[in-house]
Amino acid sequence: MLRALRVASPLAVVALWQLASSLGVLDPSTLASPAQLARTAWELTRSGELPHAVAVSARRAALGFALGAAVAIAAGTVVGLSRVGDAVLDPLMQMLRMLPLFGLVPLFIIWFGIQEEPKIYLVALAVVVPLYLNLVAALRGVDRDLVEVARVLRLRRAEAVRHVYLPAVLPGVLVGLRQALGLAWITLIVAEQVNAGAGLGFLVNNARDFLLTDVIVVGLLCYAALGLVTDGVVRALEWRALRWRDGGETA
Amino acid sequence: MTGTDLTTPVVAAAHGVRRAFGDHVVLDGVDLEIRRGEFVTLLGRSGSGKSTLLRIVGGLDQGAEGDVRTGTAPAVVFQDPRLLPWRRVLDNVALGLRGPDARARSTEVLDEVGLAGRERAWPRQLSGGQRQRVALARALVREPDLLLLDEPFSALDALTRISAQQLVRRLVDVHRPAVLMVTHDVEEALLLVDRVVLVDDGRIALDEEVGVRRPRRRDDPDLVRWRTRLLGLLGVADA
Repeated sequence: MLRALRVASPLAVVALWQLASSLGVLDPSTLASPAQLARTAWELTRSGELPHAVAVSARRAALGFALGAAVAIAAGTVVGLSRVGDAVLDPLMQMLRMLPLFGLVPLFIIWFGIQEEPKIYLVALAVVVPLYLNLVAALRGVDRDLVEVARVLRLRRAEAVRHVYLPAVLPGVLVGLRQALGLAWITLIVAEQVNAGAGLGFLVNNARDFLLTDVIVVGLLCYAALGLVTDGVVRALEWRALRWRDGGETA
Repeated sequence: MTGTDLTTPVVAAAHGVRRAFGDHVVLDGVDLEIRRGEFVTLLGRSGSGKSTLLRIVGGLDQGAEGDVRTGTAPAVVFQDPRLLPWRRVLDNVALGLRGPDARARSTEVLDEVGLAGRERAWPRQLSGGQRQRVALARALVREPDLLLLDEPFSALDALTRISAQQLVRRLVDVHRPAVLMVTHDVEEALLLVDRVVLVDDGRIALDEEVGVRRPRRRDDPDLVRWRTRLLGLLGVADA
């Protein structure tokens, strides 16, 4: 019943929207109708334009995310486990954190041009901070008693990492991961708005010049869908990795 | 059973041990030897240094001065079970065990502590007493020559505690490690152990065999006399 209601309210909004467009209340140059959006999405898909744009944007997000995650994990591990590392690296990371991300766009264009690099680096920068902060906090919060157990049981270093540290930091890292992915997409959208010769941002920008609100909205929906997909992947990871918390399943 | 046989090998020993945290001296001039199969308790008021001594004998405290020899395979059961909440019961017991039969041995020991059939459970699905039994299995599966028990029963409810005590005594009789147990509970100590070591103000105030035959009953006159004496030494009047 409640489940049905959850689906019903968005459907009602779409129906009203379609009605307003069909009756001419909503001007297509302000906002295209849902039916028009579906047609446009289909045509853009058939022509190959949309899949190509999605692929280009997804690649930027993936590369930026990988780069940012690598830096965050390396720095976070050093800072979280070593006092010296903390003293040396943490101030730098805190400085990075205070930089206005989008304020860097002009500088990045000067440094890296207008091709792929500035977008990838901007996404990487957006990913680094939340992932780093959550990893460091999680590493500092690892239960000392369990670390002592690892020592008492004479676990090898790799075993202690696998059985104690990794599972202990996983909940915090997954929170950081979700925040980082959210920021990565937002950052990519902004970076692609500024300038792009391909990708979803390019598609949207071009459409703006011709008042093609249907293409703009289709582009936005694609961003949303990509965000939903990555969020779903993290949630699946969470479910798999944090099963022990629910304890619902019995032996 | 009782009466230390001097031909039995010494498993762990501490001689002239001193431990200070900053200016605060916790242990000073402590000597202690534990032989194979011997069940020894460390009694003392809180702050007496008994837990510190246990940690030193178990090789968990590297900051002590003096001559310390711990077991070749020490195992510890703490006050709280300290299981990895993200590993199933069997994986907790088998943690860090090598060899192809690690899981089979772990299953056997789980059976010994009365947890057969719970191998695939998560720790949080178990009761407090069951979790402590998993911790005991995790210690025993390593076939320790020295078993350290740091107030292992104090977090359990009264009924669970009695069955856990009986289980530990039975397992110790079967596996014959040297056992060193810290407890606050004089009666618990007297029911279980072969020898009482009383730590007071950083020194050993008493080190004696409990020559009461087994099975021991709480109302055994010898045990009652022991109890009154130990409580007196701990500065508590026996009611």
